[in-house]
This record gives sequence, structure tokens and C-alpha cells, in this order.
Amino acid sequence: MSSAATRKPLPLKIALWAFVTIWLLMAAFPFLWTLWGSFKVELDFFSIADWTNAITGANTERTHGSTFTGAGYDGAWVQEDFWRNVINTTFVCIFVVCTSLTIGTLGGYALSRSGFKYVFWLLITALIFRAIPPITLVSGYLPVFFDWNVWGFLPTAIIVLVAINQPFTLWMLHSFFESIPKELDESAKVDGCTQFQAFRRVIIPVMWPGVITTGLFSFLLAYNDFAVTSMILNEGNRTMIPAIAAFMGTTQTEGNVMFAVAAVVSATAPLFVMVLFFQRQIVSGLTAGAVKG
Amino acid sequence: MKHRTFFWFFLPTGLAMLVFIAAPLVSIVTQSFFAPHEAVLIEVENCGPFGCKKETTIDQEATAALREAEPMGRFVGFDVYLDRGHLAVTEVGEAWRNADGLGEFFGTLFNLPFYRALSFTLTYTFVCTPLLIALGFAIAISVNALHRKLKGVVIFFSLLPMIVTPLVGSLILFWMIDSRGVIGNFLQYLTNDPDLSLKASSPLMWTSLIVYGIWSSAPFAFVVFYAGLQTVPKDTLEAAQIDGATRWQQIRYVTIPHLMPLVTFVALIQLMDNFRVFEPIVGFSASAHATSLSWIIFNDLGGETQQLSAAATTSVLTVVGVAILLSPVLVRTWREFKGRT
Repeated sequence: MSSAATRKPLPLKIALWAFVTIWLLMAAFPFLWTLWGSFKVELDFFSIADWTNAITGANTERTHGSTFTGAGYDGAWVQEDFWRNVINTTFVCIFVVCTSLTIGTLGGYALSRSGFKYVFWLLITALIFRAIPPITLVSGYLPVFFDWNVWGFLPTAIIVLVAINQPFTLWMLHSFFESIPKELDESAKVDGCTQFQAFRRVIIPVMWPGVITTGLFSFLLAYNDFAVTSMILNEGNRTMIPAIAAFMGTTQTEGNVMFAVAAVVSATAPLFVMVLFFQRQIVSGLTAGAVKG
Repeated sequence: MKHRTFFWFFLPTGLAMLVFIAAPLVSIVTQSFFAPHEAVLIEVENCGPFGCKKETTIDQEATAALREAEPMGRFVGFDVYLDRGHLAVTEVGEAWRNADGLGEFFGTLFNLPFYRALSFTLTYTFVCTPLLIALGFAIAISVNALHRKLKGVVIFFSLLPMIVTPLVGSLILFWMIDSRGVIGNFLQYLTNDPDLSLKASSPLMWTSLIVYGIWSSAPFAFVVFYAGLQTVPKDTLEAAQIDGATRWQQIRYVTIPHLMPLVTFVALIQLMDNFRVFEPIVGFSASAHATSLSWIIFNDLGGETQQLSAAATTSVLTVVGVAILLSPVLVRTWREFKGRT
């Protein structure tokens, strides 16, 4: 591609570079700014007097004797018990991802290997369910959960999140299993395996790339959910995101916005690490649905 | 695969969706036709030294008994749909008759909670979606022209706004745009108006919510288009070059037509997702200036008194909205399915 016809003139090159740089700044700068500011005091993070304070930390030095302080993190994690919410989130995410993948894999595999008409209708139903905002279902959950006394507990939230996850999981895994040749399990069946044995011995060993990609998105859904979890978990069982929202309500009046800032940075860190390690899988997952149309 | 085997494979996931998605949908439709019982009133005659007085009080026992007997509430048909908090038929009719001109009519309409939320939700959906597609496309074209080693880094940072939790992302942006934050400060300096504040102005709040929407979803469009760009047929591009097409003409007549199916895909996904806009309103504490349908449901469900019936009615109306947005996809899929069999 380095022929004379495709070589770019200099002004175009500069324009491209400028545009990419601006976009990178837009995408990354807010995160870096907040990370930097989370180690300052509120007067520096929201510096009305002089914006350079946010970088130099003049007020932080006056209060704590150093330009960096862990006071926000200390306040959030120790004083406000944010570690409890972190444990809850970990618990919810692990169980949601495992359950959702187990039943989703079975369902997605069945959908890809059955040629009957109802497969189409099941997939369409799943698509409709995927489009419905989860918050609209909550007023259907609440009366029943109150009646059965299961409102507020983590297992309830896990089951609900697994169910909300299913439509998307089914679509992703269905299209992934379609790409695994049918001859593989057909020949296993000819050799005398039942359908389930064929699935276990032939399909399971080769399905991990698709399952990992789908798992990442299940994880994101469970981790990022705010509307549903904040409605069906009680205060003691809150996960991270509802807890941050609750911080905003209580801490703003006490002047402890920095607790919320520290909590926000803590909640972003795992996602950052995830993108670092699984960038390729995330990209392929995002495009999987698109390229097939 | 036999029907029987299929059934057992599909049972767990099917059951989960049936119990936790399909059943709640039925439940919200039912709930929306019922309203909470009104308190049972009784007239008691209080006779004192100054004569007898008739007083109306709430009969606590009878009220509790009635609520116990019929926990669903009383059947009201479509009343909840038509009341002031939802479609507000009476108010709209009155406004239509009394208003001088369309401006005043829409002014009145905008003060009704449902229409207020609907107007923001629709504006957000239909402004964000085309803009984020345009931005995503521009980024994809530019990144594709970069050196290979740089691409990975750019994609990594580009993914962040989309991957990050919506509430967290909106808080991060809000703290910067806020009048005390760095961008807010900068804007005050630019406009030379020290009182410029997001919290005081509806147009500014709407703009910044839409900016958040574009910021958080453009990466999705970018990644999809970038993948599509890798499959643009090279020989068509070369043919266009030989015919003397300029760079812009190559993009306009070769690349864009090739990416068109992807544009439709991104547009549909984003229309669905933007329609449920909710977290940024909480993150920006924007409810005084902008509300959305999801926000109304959340607000009705939270708080001291849980207004289940009102929330269920808004939920049904939201689902109807989603169905309207989704109908083109469903019709298309149905035609394809018909064509195949």
C-alpha cells in the first residue's frame, strides 16, 4: 500500500493526526484527570480559585503536608465500608457469569443444532427481550419478592441478572456455535455418542474462545448494572454501583465528595485491567453480531 | 436434533427467561389496570357538650382488611394510563382548546411529567444516534490510516468510555463539566460569564447529557466500522483510483456503500440503547432539567411510597415505545426468514 497513489499529502496527514489526538484526549483525559484528582482534597479537585491547584495540589499540601493524600480512599473504603460493596460485587459477578454461561451454552448450542421453525421464533423472542429496558421489569418483580420474603438478598439479584443476561448470551453463543462445523458432533453421534455426550466430548473442548468473549459481556452487564440492583438489594447487600449512587446522596451534604471520587476510581480500575488483557476478545465480540448482520 | 433433546438443552435458559422476563411483563400489564385502594371513610357523629358534629375519618381496620382481601388494588381499566402522571388526556385536551398557538400548547405539554420525559428521551435518542455514528465513522477512517503499531494503543483508550459503567462515566464527566470542575471553569473563562452553570440552565444540561451520550457510545460505532473497513475490497478501491477518484470520492462511493449494512446495525442497537437513557440523568443530577421514561419508573419505585401501579403503567408505555422502535428490524427479519424457507 505504499505506492505513489496511496501516499498521503502532508496536510492530510497532519489533519488525521490532529483528529486522532483530539479523540484520544477526549477518551482518556477524563479518566486520567479523575485518577490524579482522587489523591487531592476537595478544594483542589474542584478548584474555583485557580485551576492549576488541581494539578499541583496546593490545598492538599496545606491540609495533609504532602501533595498526594489517600484520604478519599480511606474515607470510602474504611469509613464508609466500601470494601463490603466490593465483596458483594465480586460475589454477584462470579455467580452471574458462571450460571449465565452454563445455561446459555446449553441453550445456544441447542439453537444452533436444531433446524426446526421454533428456533427462529425463540431467537426473535430473545431479541425482543434484549431490547426491553430491564428497569421496566422491576415493578413486576417487587410485589412477588416482597410476598415471598426474598427481596434484598444477593441470590435474588444473581438470578434476576442471569435471566436478564440470557437473551444476549443466547444470541452471541448461537452465532458462535453456528461457526463450529456440524460434522464434528454428527460424526461423534455416528460413533454412538448421545447428543449430550457429543456436546461434552467434542464441542466443549473447542468452544472456549466464544464462551470467554460472551463471558466478558455477561460480566460487564452484571458489573455495570445500576437500575435493577439498586431496586432489589437492601442497604447491607448493595453492590458497588448503587453504593456509589448512595454516596452521592449522603456525602455531598457532608462535603465528602472525595469519597465518591475515590470509589469511582476504584470501580473503574478492574474494567481498565479487563480491557488491557481482553481487548481483542471485546473487539471481536462487538463486531461478531455486526459482520454477520 | 430431536424435539426432546432440544427441550432438555433449552429448558434452563428458557425457564429463566420465562419466569424473570415474560412473567414480569404480564405482571406489569396487569398491574397497570389496577390502582391502590382508597382509604375507607366513615362518618362518625361526635357528641360533646356543645352539640353533635359529623366527622369523616379513615376506617383503618376496614382499609387494612380491604387491602388484605384484594392485594392487587381496585380495577380501574385504563384510568391510570389516562391520568395526569401518564398520558394526561384531560390536561392535553384542555391545553389544546385553550392555547393560543402551538408554542403555548407545547409549553403546557412540556410541564406534564410524561411528555416532559418523552420529549427528552426522544431528543436524546434521535440526536445522539446520528452524531455518534458520524463521529465513530470519522475515528475509524482516521485510525485506519495510522501506523499499525499505534492502532492497538488508540483502540485501547477508545474502548474506555464505552466499557466503563454508565453511572461512573457520567459522574466522571459531570465532575469536570460542573461549574467548579476544570471544563466548567474553562467555559466560564471562554464566555466571560462567571455565573455560567450547568445546574441553572436546561439547554446546557440537555447539551451536556447528549455530549455524554455521544462520548460513551461513539467507541462502539468506531469498533464496528473499523472492523468493516478491513473488509473493503481492495480491487474496487484500486479501480476507483485508476479512474481518477479523489480520496473523498473513494470514501463516498466505495467505502460508505460497503459499510452501509453496518451503519444500519449500529443505528438500530443504539436507538434501542439510547431509548433507555437513565444513568446519566442520575450522574448529572439532571432531574430538574431533564427526565426520561426510565427515570420516571425508577423515581416511582424508589422513595417513601412505592407507586407500583404508576411505575407499571409507565413501564408498559416504555415497552410499547421500544416495540415501535424495534418493528422495522422485526419486519425485516421476518421477510428474510420467509425468503429462506
